Amino acid sequence: MTKLSLRNVTTWIGAIIVLGVLLVGLLAPWITPADPFAQDLNMRMVPPSFMEGGSPDHFLGTDQQGRDYFSRLIYGARISMLIGIATVITSGLIGTTLGVLGGFFGGRVDDVVMFAITTRLSIPLILVALAVVGLIGSSLTVVVLTLGLLLWDRFAVVARSTTMQVRTLDYIAAAWCAGASRAHVLLREVLPNIAHHLVVVSTLEAALAILLEAALSFLGLGVPPPLPSWGLMISEAKDYMFFSPWVIMVPGIALFVLVLGINLLGDGLRDWLGASRDA
Amino acid sequence: MLTFLARRALLAVLVTITVLTISFALTRLSGDLATAIAGPQATAADIAIIREAYGLDRPLVVQFFDWVGSALHGDLGRSYLYHEPTADLIRVRLPVTLTLGVTGLVIALVVAIPLGILAAMREGTALDRAIMVVAVIGQAMPSFWLGLLLIIVFGLRLGWLPISGNDSWDGYVLPGIVLAFSAIPALMRLTRGGMVDALASDYIRTARAKGLGRPVIVLKHALRNAAMPVVAVAAVQLGFMLSGSIVIESVFSLKGVGYLGWESISKNDFPVVQAVVLFLAVVYIALTLLADLLNAVLDPRLRSQ
Repeated sequence: MTKLSLRNVTTWIGAIIVLGVLLVGLLAPWITPADPFAQDLNMRMVPPSFMEGGSPDHFLGTDQQGRDYFSRLIYGARISMLIGIATVITSGLIGTTLGVLGGFFGGRVDDVVMFAITTRLSIPLILVALAVVGLIGSSLTVVVLTLGLLLWDRFAVVARSTTMQVRTLDYIAAAWCAGASRAHVLLREVLPNIAHHLVVVSTLEAALAILLEAALSFLGLGVPPPLPSWGLMISEAKDYMFFSPWVIMVPGIALFVLVLGINLLGDGLRDWLGASRDA
Repeated sequence: MLTFLARRALLAVLVTITVLTISFALTRLSGDLATAIAGPQATAADIAIIREAYGLDRPLVVQFFDWVGSALHGDLGRSYLYHEPTADLIRVRLPVTLTLGVTGLVIALVVAIPLGILAAMREGTALDRAIMVVAVIGQAMPSFWLGLLLIIVFGLRLGWLPISGNDSWDGYVLPGIVLAFSAIPALMRLTRGGMVDALASDYIRTARAKGLGRPVIVLKHALRNAAMPVVAVAAVQLGFMLSGSIVIESVFSLKGVGYLGWESISKNDFPVVQAVVLFLAVVYIALTLLADLLNAVLDPRLRSQ
């Protein structure tokens, strides 16, 4: 009983974190105390209000250009959630299509799918993402598309292996006997029965996409300034971290807590939905 | 087994050729290379000169086969920035990245295997759960942020370790720890899973029935079987670590291959970008092939297939 309750607690913590960040992102314009882009050069690097030298006007202080850190953090939630969701949609579509086709038809089709997966895995992820953003030019759209086009491998692997298991089951045979079309079998019989595995993969990939966006922005080839991406906030603040460590603590903790929440939720869903271990 | 390995080798060759194509296509994404190299201040005449000098006026197909042909001979082109052969630039920086990767892998194995064994031996208890929660926390840690935190704590506050550079061995400690974090969760889960399966198997029951002590059973009988997938995955993880070291190398100013890649991207040094992408991909392909080989050698059951 104890192990069950601990697992339940962590799943709930994860769900609350993810929902909370989603809400904060959606409501950003209404809950921010200040304009996240407004600079105030007289109020640069003000520490958070609960620290020595803090100002009551700025709960989490201000950054190197005097912008309200709390407001930037809230708008940063928007960017992270957008990256997570948009990447999962793009990469989920690509990976699921490839995986289901390979797993369902087998033979030559599967060879091609396996080849695509192997090639994708051998491509150095961060380097290629950096190169694409660096060459095309950095914008939120480019980052989302780049990550979406790169992160489909796990969707494909899991969709392929679960489709293979489902393919031979009785209800698929029954559907064939009932005269169902190939598209009907794929979309109405196979897909709904592997969907729970894909939900778990979605959480993992969303977490990975959010971490990658932060890393790309940190290296200067992700979301362009002045957008308040958490990775970019850490990058802009790192010259000041020796004297005011809070400037990298604030966005770093936000990033860590969000990714932790998504992973805890994913782990809970995996047990709850009985999804496969390689998801 | 020979057919299996032959198939794997053929796949590796095909993937390498595809990666060659992708790395070429990648640098052509920006549209006109010559304009990008020349920079914003260049005149039309400058651009024309550059286009001719770098052979960019030739048809794309010719440029492609030129790149593939020389790459297969080990010639990866010359850097626009350093005016040196790209292969030499990589060779000089390779020891740094390799040292970092191996340090990271060793740290990861030293932490992950004992914790995985411990979790498996106490399967289902609070200790097992706690260890798995640690794995989830490790997975959620942004590597560059963890790097900065370690720099502040160990480099600045405590002053125990250097915060950047690779002049001596201790410069690799902090980056190695950060890199290890990315591999620990996967290796730990795998060790735990393998050990749980092994401990529940018939040969362990036999060993127990013979009256063998618990340490002998766990370490000699169960671990030997659980270790096989871990060895294979460790090789693959090393591949991921080498290509993932780009972020950590830039945080700690380690002048390795990843740093070279990042630098050449930000300075439009296309031949180097192409070469580093290709190089890291080939290293990964070789390591996965090695992992399959190791699996086949270590597991007699695979050999007969």
